[in-house]
This record gives sequence, structure tokens and C-alpha cells, in this order.
Amino acid sequence: MMKTDLGKFFVMAIIGISMIFLFPGNSPAAETIKLGVAGPHSGDLASYGLPTVNAAELVVKDINAKGGVLGKKVELLIEDDVCKPEVATNTATKLLSEKVDVVLGHICSGATNAALGIYKDSKIIAISPSATNPDLTQSGNYPNFFRTIASDDAQAKLEVDFALNTMKAKKIAVLHDKGDYGKGLAEFAKGFLEKDKRATVVLFEGITPGAVDYSAIVQKIKRSGAEAVIFGGYHPEASKIVTQMRKKKMKTIFISDDGVKDDTFIKVAKQYAEGVYATGPKDVSKNPMAIAAIEAHKKAYGKDPGAFFLNGYAAALALLNAIEKAGSTGYDAVEKALRTEYVDTPLGKIRFDEKGDAEGVGFSIYQVQKGKYVELK
Amino acid sequence: MEYFLELLLGGLTRGSIYALIALGYTMVYGIIELINFAHGEIYMIGAFTALIVASVLTLQGLNHIAILVIASVAAVIYSSAYGYTAEKLAYKPLRRAPRLSALISAIGVSLFLQNYVLLAQTSDFLPFPSLIPEFKFNEPYEHIISSPEIVILITTTVVMILLTFLIKFTKIGKAMRATAQDRNMAMLVGVDVDRVISFTFIVGSATAAIGGVLIASHIGQINFYIGFIAGIKAFVAAVLGGIGSIPGAVLGSLVLGWTESFFTGYISSDYEDVFAFLFLVFILIFRPAGILGRSETDKV
Repeated sequence: MMKTDLGKFFVMAIIGISMIFLFPGNSPAAETIKLGVAGPHSGDLASYGLPTVNAAELVVKDINAKGGVLGKKVELLIEDDVCKPEVATNTATKLLSEKVDVVLGHICSGATNAALGIYKDSKIIAISPSATNPDLTQSGNYPNFFRTIASDDAQAKLEVDFALNTMKAKKIAVLHDKGDYGKGLAEFAKGFLEKDKRATVVLFEGITPGAVDYSAIVQKIKRSGAEAVIFGGYHPEASKIVTQMRKKKMKTIFISDDGVKDDTFIKVAKQYAEGVYATGPKDVSKNPMAIAAIEAHKKAYGKDPGAFFLNGYAAALALLNAIEKAGSTGYDAVEKALRTEYVDTPLGKIRFDEKGDAEGVGFSIYQVQKGKYVELK
Repeated sequence: MEYFLELLLGGLTRGSIYALIALGYTMVYGIIELINFAHGEIYMIGAFTALIVASVLTLQGLNHIAILVIASVAAVIYSSAYGYTAEKLAYKPLRRAPRLSALISAIGVSLFLQNYVLLAQTSDFLPFPSLIPEFKFNEPYEHIISSPEIVILITTTVVMILLTFLIKFTKIGKAMRATAQDRNMAMLVGVDVDRVISFTFIVGSATAAIGGVLIASHIGQINFYIGFIAGIKAFVAAVLGGIGSIPGAVLGSLVLGWTESFFTGYISSDYEDVFAFLFLVFILIFRPAGILGRSETDKV
């Protein structure tokens, strides 16, 4: 009898002691705000994830030095998902078990998608600085998801809106170079045009990159009666097409993308480049916060920041600002604050739309004017 | 009808572009049965030489025609020197080796020249000045044809006629034909075979250089890689027409140019290359030696 009691006592004691080790400082935890940072921090794609960790560290250091958020210090919980969806679910579960308040991440679209369901069930808000898959916001499945980067179809959307609203084109030809980037963009553009119905897509074709000339396709554009061409692809093909169109005296509006918004395009197409429109990332190089953030990174880590650094910086600021404005870490209050309260970031003054995309982040239309790309406001 | 004419002319121009390069392929093959894969690179080097010379001369303030002529001459000389050297260094030592060795050597020269230009110049696309003067045409022709296209068409025709004349009616032409028929026998009767082969490479390279200048001027951009795609297409054209035959190379190029142009114009450009090559297979099934090729049994 005595023996069993002692045995029980030992078991209890061991459990008790291990409990103490398992939850060290349950009470002080309540006094910090836990910002989870999830993304690839090792492996092939670490270079996409680590800049965001640096950004979060810089933002948190800054804010803690100023007294923290709601009078509490911010604590970082950094978790690696190596960009893999199957690992990302574990990462998310781990962050939840550590009682994370909000998450900055994930980085890759696939991993983000996998983790979002878990966050949604636990009412945790996540902001990605880099996941560009359009469905993440547009499907409406994840009201807890926000991002500080434009989605993959943002350029196509901007091009289509520009052609329809500003140029008032009724007939539009959509061309692409058959590559992932160009074809993807062209398909988005075609989708938007067909949904809108104000204009018809009179031609949708892929051209052969590197072909010696494009006279046949140029004739085809002319015959289709298109008032505007939306081209998805890169500048070598764009400059050949534009040059041949202008040489044949065609005044068709030419709208293209980031792959064409390159000074080489103007250098190669020369006078024929004049008037061409192209979308490109908004210029943030003159934003004082961006300059300061990059300087701080150089000082702290001794090198230039990597991919998505400014997006990560903006996302961390947006999250902490929303908590401050909401007055708590409660899901509903923070979500509302993200959508209503503007915050100054290195990407400009931003807030989020009802789908979770950052307003005012992403792309602008540029036009070639006197041999230079000029941003149209 | 107008659309048809435009496509016809577009295809004609494209075909002429291929023809200027295909001529060199077919000549070299006719003489030593080597597919000179480096030929596209010779064309690219011609374009680069012309660009460099033209840039310098433009700074000197010469007029357009003078720049075009001097740049073309420089390109011809430079490319010929490359063709001649490549033959001496990479093909001549392999003349008695199996044919496959020379072919591999040709691919090696091609890669070498591409990467050499990539390193020595740049990987970027460079703007090429429009050296061919723009004439004013009256409507309704103006929007159908432009002066660079006419210049390319005329040059291709002239080069083809000159080459045919050279081979049919001159002494070196006779030596070339003799070498093509039977190299050992030609040697026995006193033909300097090495000189004939060198000469063939020089002439082939010169036509490629002319092509390089005209095409680059028409399209307005060059980079180190243009020779590869143009070279492959020209090679296909030469095979289509019957490799080894000079009128065949031109005809094959035109057929390829038209195929691509009409297919893009009336069906879809998505499958332009697929269709062009399907057509090649189709023709080769019925005429294995190409449209104008003589089918002959291999020498025993």
C-alpha cells in the first residue's frame, strides 16, 4: 500500500515538475504582444524569408524602444516553414501553441494557403509580405488574411482598367510570348476584359519569342481592328512589335507590363517607343521611411536588404499599428483597424480593402515620354 | 485580298532573310558535306561588326549611304576572316575524321563564338541604327512595303544570281563543282582543294555578313543570341530546299517564310513553329532530298 502511494506521489511529482518546465512563466507571457514571423528561414528559398525576419526585428526594436504597443513589449516568435505547405501547417500549429497574437507571414503562396485555414479557425490575423497568388484574397475564404504586395493579376487588372477607363478602347488585342509570366498575365487580362464586357477581345495569341520578325502578327492586329494591344512578355519582343506597327503607320495603343518597363526597351525601339504604356512597381525609392528602413538594415546587418524587405517592414508596422489603434489584440477589433486605419509605411500610406489587399501598394502606369518612362498619376 | 498580299510580302521578306543565311549553309554542305553550325554565329558577328563600325562612323558625321557601305564592307571582311579561321582551326584538322567529329566541332565553334561575344560585348539587346534609308512610297503601297524590305529582297536576288554565276561560269566555280563531286579526283587533276574550301567559307561568311547588316538594320536590335535562332531556321530552309543546292536554299527559305506568315495570318501564331516543322517533315517524306535536291546514292 505504502509502495503504491509513493509511486503515485513520484509520478505526480514528475508531472508537476515537468509542467513547470513546459510552461515557463505563464504569467509574464500575458504582458507581451506575440508577433509570429513565419516563412522559409533555411533551405533553398531562405533568401525570400530572412529579409522579412530582419524587417520584423528592426520594427520591433524600434517600437519597443518607444515603449511598445499598448504599453506592452512586442516579442517575436520566429518559425521556419521552408516554403513547404506540409511544413507550414506544423509551423502554424506551433505558433498557436505558443499563443501567438498576430502572424507576419507566410512567404510563399502555397505555404500561406496551407497555414491560413489553421489561423482562421483560431481567429488569428496573418499578413503576408510576398504571397502573390490572386486567390488568397479574391476567393474570400480567408477574411483573416491581408498582404502588403500586389497580387499576380494586379498588373493585368491595371492594364485593363487603363485601356477601358482612360483610353476607352472598345476592341482590344491581347498578345503574349507564351512564357509563364507573359501568358499568365495575358490570361488574367483576357479574363478581366471578358468579365467587363465594355470591350471585346478581338485577338488572343501567343507569339514566338526570338523570331526574326513579327510582320504577320502585326498585319493580323491591323486586320482585327484593335484599338489597343495588351502585351504580356518582355521588351525584346515588345520592341520588335511596336517598331513594326509604327513603321506600318499603325497608331494602335500599346500597353504592356513590368517586363517592358525597362530602359532597354526605349533604347532599342528608339523613336517608336514614344507613347507606349507599361505597368511597373510604384516608385518608393524616394519615400523617406523606405530610405530610413534600408539604412537601419545596413547598420544592423551590414548589407543591403533582400527580397520583400520593405513589404515585410510595412506588414509588421501595419499589424502593430492596428493593435495599437484597436486597443487590444482581439480579432474583430484588429481586423477592423487594418481595414479602416491608415498607417505610414515604407510603401506609402496604406490600409487594406475588404478583400485584404493593401490599397495603394503595387503598380502604376508609366508612359514613354521624350525617351523616358514617366509615371502617370 | 489586301491582307493576303500583305502576308505574302511579309513572308517573302522573312524568307529572304532566311535565304541570305541559308546560302552559306548550303554552299559549305555542297562542297565538304559539313553542316556548319557556326554559320549563324558568323552572321551575328557580321551584325556586331557593322554596329561597331556604324557607331564610330556616325560620330564622325558621315552620311547614311557611306556608313551603310563602309559598315557592310567591314562586316564582310571581318566575318570572312572568322569563317576562314574557323575552317582552318576547327574543320581542316578533322577533314579525314568521321563526319560526326566535324559536326561536333562545328557546334563547339558555335558555342564558343556565342559566349565570346557575350563576354566581349554584352548580354543585353543593343539598338541597331536603321542604316537602310527610308524612301517615301505613295499610298496604297506605303503601309504594305517599306524600303528595308525591298532592299533585302533585291539583295537576296542579286546575291543568289551572283553565286550561281560564280559557280557556273568561273574557274574557281568549276573547281568548286569538281571538289563537290569527288574531292580526291579533283586533287589528282590539280585542283587546290584546300584553297577551294577556304574560298567557299569566305564566300559563305560574306553572304551571312551582308545578311547580318541588312536584317539587323531592318529589325533594329541585336544580341549575342540572334545567330542561333536565325541559323536554325536557315538550316531548316536549306534542308527543305535541298541542301547543297543554291536555288534550293532560296526556294526553301521562301517556302518556310510563307508557311510561317500564312499560318500566323490565317490560323494562329501559337503553333507557328510547330506547323513550320510539321510542313518540313511532310515535304521530306515525299522528297527526302528536299524540294530541289538531287537524291543521289552515297559515295562508296
